[in-house]
Order: sequence, then C-alpha cells, then structure tokens
Amino acid sequence: MARDEHTVLDAEAIARIVRRVAVEVVERTRGAEHLALVGVRRGGVPIAQRLAEEIGRAEGRQVPVGAVDITLYRDDAAVALPDPKVGPSDIDFDIGGRDLVLVDDVLHTGRTVRAAIDHLLDYGRPRRIWLAVLADRGGRELPVAADFVGRVLEVPEGAILDVFADGGEDDRAVVRTAPPEGGS
Amino acid sequence: MSAGFKHNHLLGIADLDANDVTEILDAAAAFIEVSRRPVRKVPTLRGKTVINMFFEASTRTRTSFELAGKRLSADVVNISGSGSSLSKGESLLDTCKTVAAMQPDIVVIRHSASGAPHFVAERVGCSVVNGGDGAHEHPTQALLDAFAIRQSLGTLEGLKVAICGDISHSRVARSNARLLNLFGSEVRFCAPGTLLPPEAATLGAKVYHRLDEALEGVDVIMLLRIQRERLEGPLLPSLREYSRIFGVSQRHLDGAAERAIVMHPGPMNRGVEIHPALADSDRSVVLDQVEAGVAVRMAVLYLLAKGVRAQTPAQAATDGG
Repeated sequence: MARDEHTVLDAEAIARIVRRVAVEVVERTRGAEHLALVGVRRGGVPIAQRLAEEIGRAEGRQVPVGAVDITLYRDDAAVALPDPKVGPSDIDFDIGGRDLVLVDDVLHTGRTVRAAIDHLLDYGRPRRIWLAVLADRGGRELPVAADFVGRVLEVPEGAILDVFADGGEDDRAVVRTAPPEGGS
Repeated sequence: MSAGFKHNHLLGIADLDANDVTEILDAAAAFIEVSRRPVRKVPTLRGKTVINMFFEASTRTRTSFELAGKRLSADVVNISGSGSSLSKGESLLDTCKTVAAMQPDIVVIRHSASGAPHFVAERVGCSVVNGGDGAHEHPTQALLDAFAIRQSLGTLEGLKVAICGDISHSRVARSNARLLNLFGSEVRFCAPGTLLPPEAATLGAKVYHRLDEALEGVDVIMLLRIQRERLEGPLLPSLREYSRIFGVSQRHLDGAAERAIVMHPGPMNRGVEIHPALADSDRSVVLDQVEAGVAVRMAVLYLLAKGVRAQTPAQAATDGG
C-alpha cells in the first residue's frame, strides 16, 4: 500500500541539532567531567557517537560511549514479538557515579526509555541519568520526559517517524502516513 | 527466514535446520554478555516457570539450565530422580502429568531412556527441552559446542571435526554429528570397534580406528568421557590400554590444523581420554564450553518461551489427557 512520505528534517538540520544538543549537554553537566553517553540500539547509537565527537572537540576530552539493547527489558518481552532478535549491549566502562546521558533517536511512548533505564541500573549506579532525543513526537504512555530535545515534531498517531542520523548526506527524518482511503 | 524460531520443543538436533541453529547461536551471543555483567540477570522471563526434571544424575547440565532460567528471571524448580516420587514407583507419565498440572511453561527432562522427552512432549501442554535422553540426543550440548566452535574458529561450515571416545553410548556425539552435518562440516568418529555405533554412516561420519589418521588436518578435536562403568563389560580391556592407544596429548596436535581446538563436554578423565597438559593448554576451550552452556540455554528458554504464548493453559490441560 502506498504511503505518504515527507521529510521533516534534512541532513543539515540534524547536524545543527546535534551540535546544539552537544553544547547543552556540556553546559548542564558542568563541563562534561563525569559524562558518559549511552545510545539505545539501534537508532540512538550513531547519535550518541556524534554527540561524543562534538563534545570531545569542544572540551578536549574523550567521552565514553556505550550502547544498550533493550529487547530483554521490554514490558512485552513475554508476549507477542514478531522477530525476537536480541543484540548485545556494550558498556565497557564503569557507570557508577557518572552523569549518564541516554541517547535515542525518537521519543514516543516512553516505554523504550523505561526499559533502557532498568537496563542501565543493572550495570551500576550512575550519579544521574539524563535523556537526550533527536525528536520528540509526543504520544507518551508513561510519565517520561526528555532533558535534551532536538526537535518537537507533530506526528499523527499511527504514522511512522523514521530517523536516519549516521552522519552521512542521506541523513533525514521522514514521516510516513497511510493515505486515508486505503489506510484503514 | 526472519520468521523466527517456530518450534514448541527442543527435543533433538534432528528437528532443526541450519537457520534454527544460527538463530539460537545468535541469541546466545547476546546472553553471553548478560553473564559477564555485575548484575547477571535480566527481567525477560519474569513470571514464567521452568521445571528441571533430571531422572539421571547430572550436575553441570542441571546447574547450567538452572542458572540460565534464573538469569532470565524465570522461577526454576529442580526435581531429581532419586528424591522424587519416581523412586516411589510412579510412572514417568504420571509424574509428568502431575508436573504439567502445576502449569510450568517449560520442562527440561533428562532421562536414561532414549525418546523419553518425546514421549512427554506429546502428552503435556508445555514446552519440553531434552536435557539428554539415553544414547539418543543431547541438543543443548551440541548447540553450546557449536557456539564455542564458532567463537574460536568463526564458522561452522567446511570444518573437519574428529569426535573421539565412546561414540556408541554417546548422545553428545550423535547430536554434534547431526548439527555439524547441517553446516556441511566433515565429521570423523575415532574409537575402538567395540565403542562405535553401527549407524555411523547414517550420521554422516567417517570411521577411524587410528588416532593419527583421524586427527590429520582436523580443526576441532572433541573428546568424550570414557565411562568407567563400560569397563565392567567386555567392551574395553583396561583404561591404561585405552589411554595408550586413544588418549589424546599435545603430540597428537602436530597433524591437526594449526588453529585446531580441543573440546570436552566434561567431566574429564585426565590421563585417560585427555592428557592433563593438553587439558590445561591454550588449545583447550573446555571452560569456554561451560560459559557458552549457560548462554545457549538462556537462548533456548527465551526462544521457546516466546513460542508457547500461542497455547493457553486451558488447552494445555486438556491436551495433557
């Protein structure tokens, strides 16, 4: 079925957002001294890496970057999952006492963030966990809010927001909606 | 292919294809990481119940299944043959129906009779995992061996694998041969004639009676335990004779591939089938196998627990009759 598709952020817009969020993170974490970034697989990982690069350039400091896969922490893990692909999580630094910024591409229901926080706490006790997202599309089902928001996007319920943010020229955020006639 | 794992039970490697095996091993790769964390537990199977029914002595397999279930947050209960009603004369079927009535999600069975897990799987509503049945199959052992091989050599395809020891009584050898066949690897059995099964050819294995020939160019050497109880029959004259002719030491690696690894499902008889120095050498992946065991069993429990949701407990109870 054909879907309407339109680009809401292009590569340049995404690059500007990453630079701005990097500055905000440094400011809020007082110079990024105890900072570490953790991307949520898979969309959050490249964004976390880009933020780390920006912060590294600005502050002259290597910021550790990790990744979490939340499959095993989903609240629907024991019910229907069409394709239970589990990926490894990868945090090779001690998160105890750190200012952790959890990074994801899209904030929607908040369930992924809940799972990711549970997951992080199994690795240790960070001093604080912040949340950074490239796009906040609303539609929360849990009381979750982001500390750093790239862009608030109006996306109709039922539509799909896809973000590509690897740092290449094809980076973009697109909204796909089914046309009303064939969509139901 | 992305449809995922479709089986309700894991009864033997014979029921799986190469995609199933790859899916289990890929999932296990993620679970290895869980066991290396400070908090070795994920909430994935919270509220699920796993019952280990071990009608035959076992420490490592049972412990491995128990840890696998617990690290996934399932409730795990162990029933062993000696302490249970089985020793009071209850039949296997009655024991299993009783256990099934307690609504477990997965039952792991080890039994000395080949086919016991199949028998139970047809009569209870929950998933059944074969934890080793007679001389038939031990699927999770073959899967963890495959995991350890893939970890060391990067592939399961096109390998030469020698399995040495008491093949005829070994479910480990059978499950491993079946699994390696799925990936087109060459399997060689090496043992005295009295310890070789008549169906070696149907298992896709070449038979050798001389260790040097069997190990020529192999990538993997799998050793099996010589069970002392076999010595009471006419199959083996003495342990010392077996050790002299079929015991593997570092000298035997000369003819094998340069990257060759040595495996053993345990418990090892040092100085019988394996020379102590070889068991402790860097060619031995025995402890990797143990670590892989927990991860592979987590993967199996995880994939099966996802499958059983389709069946309601009510259905299961009526099916159980």
